[in-house]
Amino acid sequence: MSSQQIPEENLPVEQGTAHGAVEGAGDPFADPGLPAHKPRIQDIDERAANRSERAVALLFTLSMLATVGFIASYVIFPVDKIVYIWPFGHVSALNFSLGLTLGLALFLIGAGAVHWARTLMSDVEVADDRHAIEATPEVKAKVMADFADGAKESAIGRRKLIRNTMFGALALVPLSGVVLLRDLGPLPEKKLRKTLWAKGKQLVNMNTMEPLRPEDVVVGSLTFAMPEGLEEDAHDFQTQIAKAALMIIRIEPDNIKDKREREWAHEGIVAFSKICTHVGCPISLYEQQTHHVLCPCHQSTFDLSDGARVIFGPAGHPLPQLRIGVNSEGNLEALGDFEEPVGPAFWERG
Amino acid sequence: MSTATETQRKAPAGERVADWADGRLGIYGLAKANMRKIFPDHWSFMLGEICLYSFIIIILTGVYLTLFFHPSMNEVVYHGSYEPMQGIRMSEAYASTLDISFDVRGGLLVRQIHHWAAVIFLAGMFVHMFRVFFTGAYRKPREINWLFGFLLFVLGMFTGFTGYSLPDDLLSGTGVRFTQGAILSMPIVGTYISMFLFGGEFPGGDIIARFYSIHILLLPGIMLGLVVGHLILVFFHKHTQFAGPGRTNKNVVGMPLLPVYMAKAGGFFFLVFGFIAIIAGIASINPIWALGPYRPDQVSTGAQPDWYMGFAEGFVRVMPGWEINLWGHTLVLGVLIPLVLFGVILAALALYPFIESWITGDKREHHILDRPRNAPTRTALGVAWVTIYFVMLIGGGNDIWATHFSLSLNAISWFVRIAFFVGPVLAFVVTRRICLGLQRRDKEKVLHGRESGTIKRLPHGEFVEIHEPLGQGQLHTLTAHEQYKPLEIGPTVDENGVERKPSALQKVRARLSRSYYGENNQIAKPTAEEYKEITSGHGHH
Amino acid sequence: MKKLSARRRHPLAAVVVLLLALAATGGLYAAFAPAGKAQADETAQSLAIDEGKKLYSVGCASCHGSGGQGTTDGPSLVGVGSAAVDFQVGTGRMPAQQPGAQVPKKKVIYSQAEIDQLAAYVASLGAGPITPTGSQVDPAGADVAKGGDLFRTNCAQCHNFTGKGGALTNGKYAPDLEGVSPKHIYEAMQTGPQSMPSFPDSTMPEQEKKDIIAYIKTVNGDESEDPGGLSLGGLGPVSEGLFGWIFGLGGLIAIAVWVAAHTAKAKKS
Repeated sequence: MSSQQIPEENLPVEQGTAHGAVEGAGDPFADPGLPAHKPRIQDIDERAANRSERAVALLFTLSMLATVGFIASYVIFPVDKIVYIWPFGHVSALNFSLGLTLGLALFLIGAGAVHWARTLMSDVEVADDRHAIEATPEVKAKVMADFADGAKESAIGRRKLIRNTMFGALALVPLSGVVLLRDLGPLPEKKLRKTLWAKGKQLVNMNTMEPLRPEDVVVGSLTFAMPEGLEEDAHDFQTQIAKAALMIIRIEPDNIKDKREREWAHEGIVAFSKICTHVGCPISLYEQQTHHVLCPCHQSTFDLSDGARVIFGPAGHPLPQLRIGVNSEGNLEALGDFEEPVGPAFWERG
Repeated sequence: MSTATETQRKAPAGERVADWADGRLGIYGLAKANMRKIFPDHWSFMLGEICLYSFIIIILTGVYLTLFFHPSMNEVVYHGSYEPMQGIRMSEAYASTLDISFDVRGGLLVRQIHHWAAVIFLAGMFVHMFRVFFTGAYRKPREINWLFGFLLFVLGMFTGFTGYSLPDDLLSGTGVRFTQGAILSMPIVGTYISMFLFGGEFPGGDIIARFYSIHILLLPGIMLGLVVGHLILVFFHKHTQFAGPGRTNKNVVGMPLLPVYMAKAGGFFFLVFGFIAIIAGIASINPIWALGPYRPDQVSTGAQPDWYMGFAEGFVRVMPGWEINLWGHTLVLGVLIPLVLFGVILAALALYPFIESWITGDKREHHILDRPRNAPTRTALGVAWVTIYFVMLIGGGNDIWATHFSLSLNAISWFVRIAFFVGPVLAFVVTRRICLGLQRRDKEKVLHGRESGTIKRLPHGEFVEIHEPLGQGQLHTLTAHEQYKPLEIGPTVDENGVERKPSALQKVRARLSRSYYGENNQIAKPTAEEYKEITSGHGHH
Repeated sequence: MKKLSARRRHPLAAVVVLLLALAATGGLYAAFAPAGKAQADETAQSLAIDEGKKLYSVGCASCHGSGGQGTTDGPSLVGVGSAAVDFQVGTGRMPAQQPGAQVPKKKVIYSQAEIDQLAAYVASLGAGPITPTGSQVDPAGADVAKGGDLFRTNCAQCHNFTGKGGALTNGKYAPDLEGVSPKHIYEAMQTGPQSMPSFPDSTMPEQEKKDIIAYIKTVNGDESEDPGGLSLGGLGPVSEGLFGWIFGLGGLIAIAVWVAAHTAKAKKS
């Protein structure tokens, strides 16, 4: 929508030119012009000016001392020296002294310069004219003519074949760059659907690194587990634990409201994914009285006694549950992988 | 220009260097236009300088940090000097950040200056942007500079975020995890982008190195270009100024770059640097040693991004968990909507100058700033935007508010959900009323003078307060603002009787124009006639 | 001494002397008869249980029921063990003042001896975790780094990186761990008070609990080091952001006001 449809009289008279120009001297609101300059003390009293000079010099001198102090602190204080300084606490002597001396050294230069400018440099206000940014019609006409000449000489308008193929070539060439990005990573395939859990994998207590036994897990307790065979020094430990981390709790079977949850549990011991279904934080703020678990990142709340149903917050679906049982050695084991992808939802999740 | 005797004398060394440079760079031409460039004095015009200087400080300290930082996710076992991490497995990125903090002398200080300067840089840009907004400084010819500044703010957010992630600590790792979850929520392309960004599944072994090149090269490079462009435009347009005696749309009143602003602005750089260095010496920021190395199965409560991402965090936290499953696909609205809102709300700010100029139809240059009260609708819109922003900041820190004000987390989330809709409306209405009230007060002041505080008893016993008339300068200042007339669509039938149908867009425009400049939405300026009538003795207060 | 001699002829003086003599004999007996120690301990134990029961019926029974079976106002105490009592009463949480989302820490109103008696009584209702001994909770020589790792796996999700506390649902919260005694931290892990889940020895052995206590004491105590300066509550980016805005940007704006202000004029006119 162009401005032509707005009638000119709708626009206010331009600022700063309205008065005087329109109504002349009769306008009570006319611009009286820049007020006369009033001198500062330093402008009329040489002694005051000298005082200012000394103050500025003092600030610069103190800055020099602060720099000396900085170097001295750097040399004197060992890097691990901790001192108590009220109210900051037990702080690093080096950090504190370096920060203060460097800060002062810089600050005092600035303070000196500004004090100099404020008290000794001229404070007479000057008006500078603005010039129109837009070019004059003559300049514009010249530019347009030059451009037309150039375009004509290149024959880009006439020789359409050249123009079109050039645009084609320019449009295609960035594709090489895009193609080069292909090896940034693998395709998603089914990676987000699988974890290390598989039938027969024992649940390893992440505190003791020992297999968990059902009798270890009491009602009201909270334990974290990972699949057996995953070592902390494995190259893909972080990637695997990001999907496989488990949260183990025990609920009296009668208190489990969800039928499937009860079936997938072992004597009330339930294993839920520790990875939030919202955006993947390790969720584990387990309130043992209510069996609610809260995510510390975005406060999604799940009811672990009811199939990890979402009862508050931005998560869109329950935490996946891992089906567990007990093996011949009496240890807890997985009865398969998760039946749905763990962690945040994604387009292909379905 | 110079006389024969002058050319024969031996020029001083400085002049000879300048001559040499002029022969190659033409510096005298540049200096002629700029050396005595006039800058108006106002504290709010220095907000941009705070940003510029903190940006320079960030670059200086950032370069130092790269000398010691290892952007690698290779796992190492820590044996440095920080006791509570002895023997812990961590990435090299985290270990080298511990080394910077505990083994490099002054490394901790530089880290803290870098991070504090980043926090202040973003806060400074926010305040600077709203100074420009509320005074209407973005109007022609400065719209492009507004966009440059806006881009700097947004890029600053992402540069800050990538930098915050580099130490690979438990807090920032959780933030990266969130980013990955948010990327996954994008329809169709989410999983692909995630795999490509992380070089496979989360967290993989590439993301720190990739964020590193983005953080130290790509984004700051673009920002540096924008900063230079921003400054060139400030010089080219010359600074705006507030209305006042002698200050017109055709001039700029202030003090020259050389020497006053050279000293003031140059000095201010040292003041900003020194002040931030002192803060870095006394207050700790992002103590990564206390946070621990990142592990995707560990987390801490109070997991927040740095403040400038807080409003995005707020959207994500208070959004209900909507998820739609259709035809084997999942639309994760609970994450997608906040992502879209994040973009929309920022974009609204970027586009506002163009929307406003479309409504006013004003294509003239504006170098005199508006006082916020004289543009009530704009001011109210700005306050409404800021209200949304800060409501969401509260949402982003809801757990901290809950513990420190003994409130329920869930209650705060509900408050934020409601305030997101109600807050801006309320802020808009209240702000506009305040602005109109202030306009009325200005008008009173112009017509009846300033309240002197002196009470006079009239012969018939009435007490009146003596009003002192304003000086010419003040009268001018208080009446210098522009007032637009609301746009009318006009008769729907033209003079020849042909029906003219205004387009829907025209109707919208007229409506918006009325809401900006309609009868109840601005107070008519006092006119010379009103003033003369009152001051000539007919009007009594 | 004068007062004492004046009361020598009091009618009850004989009884007092007799009791003192009995106590002395009993003490001597106990000291010199190791064979019967268990017997004596049991007696002391049953004495403590009796005393505890009295305290219980005055301070606790109204909510937890006369026999600790629990009522609508308070849970059953059967099987919670002495450690739970020592924690709840020893940190002042019990007796609770008013119902609410969570019972807060308060001034402790019982002496340690009384708490022990209460604990003995409650322990007698059903077996549960027992109050740990001093050596069990002593963090000396524990592995602080391991404790930190365990803390981040098991505790930080609620209590924050360095145990500064955090929010739970509906007004509940995980408290700040600063100044909490090692014994109480140990007992909390052992028994899982209120919303907190327990971390029994079967899944988190005693040594690991000590490691965790050592870590908490290192990072969240009076002597904890904050090399960088003010810790700003140890709350992370929220308090850092507030500080950056208010003191950082606020200070810089104050400086900007000074830089831009006009210098005082020689005389006002």
